[in-house]
Amino acid sequence: MKNKLSNAQIAWRAAQDIEDGSYVNLGIGFPEMIAKFQPEGRDVTYHTENGVLGFGKAPAEGEEDWDLINAGKKAVTLNPGAAFFHHADSFAMVRGGHLDLAVLGAYQVAQNGDLANWRVGSKGVPAVGGAMDLVHGARRVAVVTDHVTKDGGPKLVETCTFPLTGVGCVTRVYTSLAVIDVTDRGFVLREKLPRLDMEALQSVTGATLHTEGQVADLNVPKDLE
Amino acid sequence: MDKTVPSVANAVTQIPDGATIMIGGFGGSGAPVELIHALIDRYRTTGSPSGLTVINNNAGNGGIGIAAMIKAGMVAKMICSFPRSSNAEAFNEKYLAGEIALELVPQGTLAERIRAAGAGIPAFYTPSSYGTELAEGKPTEEFDGKMYVRERWLKADFALIKGQMGDTVGNLTYRMAGRNFNPLMAMAADVTIAQVSELGRPGCIDPQQVITPGIFVDAVVEVADPQQEEVLVRAGVVH
Repeated sequence: MKNKLSNAQIAWRAAQDIEDGSYVNLGIGFPEMIAKFQPEGRDVTYHTENGVLGFGKAPAEGEEDWDLINAGKKAVTLNPGAAFFHHADSFAMVRGGHLDLAVLGAYQVAQNGDLANWRVGSKGVPAVGGAMDLVHGARRVAVVTDHVTKDGGPKLVETCTFPLTGVGCVTRVYTSLAVIDVTDRGFVLREKLPRLDMEALQSVTGATLHTEGQVADLNVPKDLE
Repeated sequence: MDKTVPSVANAVTQIPDGATIMIGGFGGSGAPVELIHALIDRYRTTGSPSGLTVINNNAGNGGIGIAAMIKAGMVAKMICSFPRSSNAEAFNEKYLAGEIALELVPQGTLAERIRAAGAGIPAFYTPSSYGTELAEGKPTEEFDGKMYVRERWLKADFALIKGQMGDTVGNLTYRMAGRNFNPLMAMAADVTIAQVSELGRPGCIDPQQVITPGIFVDAVVEVADPQQEEVLVRAGVVH
């Protein structure tokens, strides 16, 4: 598929749905980019698993304090009103339903909301981190991902074939082609790229895309970095 | 009551072969580097302790701290959530060669298992890992229409932790996100050994600011101006 959104554009689109006053956990890597595109005027508090609420941007090079890091082990800074806490409190915030939104990456998302995002096979060193916890408890669990794999295969599927991270946990998927909700009916298409026709989108999607009323155009700014 | 010990070497002398040790920290943040290196130095001199089970969020990074323990050959098993750090060669080599065992635990479950042990709760239910391969063989139960996995407490013989301020009776504070697993591990081990950056008499910490009460701490050793693991890793230091 030639016309598709960049990761920055997917992150921008996901950021538009972050509500004012919300508590948000952004997964390590690609999802972290979303913070950059947080719309102005919205007050958002970011949570990181290792015990910080209200962290801000990365410090300037040379200004790092390595006791002040995020879950990706990157140095961060603090915003006014920040708080530190231990790991059990941190995951109480996660599992206890206190976060409004968690955003993760994905290898596969199934039409019932199952997520596979921690390992693709049995080789190598397995590592799970906080992903299996983060998919439980947040009011919304969103995924940002390319719509297809590097080989062009579908990442949105009927049933995950990779090891699961969580069962029935994903509520919305932001892809390089579309915005899709996971509902009791399965995948419901909310937005798609303006010039992408339904058949083409369905052909790169591994499960049925349902529609409910009008499918909106997925419009994002052109030059994002 | 005076829980202070004179040196890090002195603090780790009683850890035997085959012990299970919790080590605080998340990556380099809050990692008790000097205590770990004292243990490695003891192993290099005496061949003991070996066959250790180490509990930490990660499995070491670079050539210092837990990575150096693994490289030295002291560690038989890691219990952690994320062994794949930026430079986890030490663990990777041993793991892929089948020379070290791994129990992989979701990060929140790891924290809660440790907390439960410290609180005297032998098991609890969590939604984390339900329906995944990490829940295989574990009892499950439905509560209010949702499925949960039963997890056991996680105890240790020793905990090596790092505080910021400490007093002679073992009250501790922590520096920024260096808190992470440290207060939980302090509760969950038979013997908790804390290195602190500033040691003072009782009263030096405002009781309102105490994070770990001294009842959870058995030994305190001052390491003024401690090394920071991440800084050492970035400098390529090898212990």
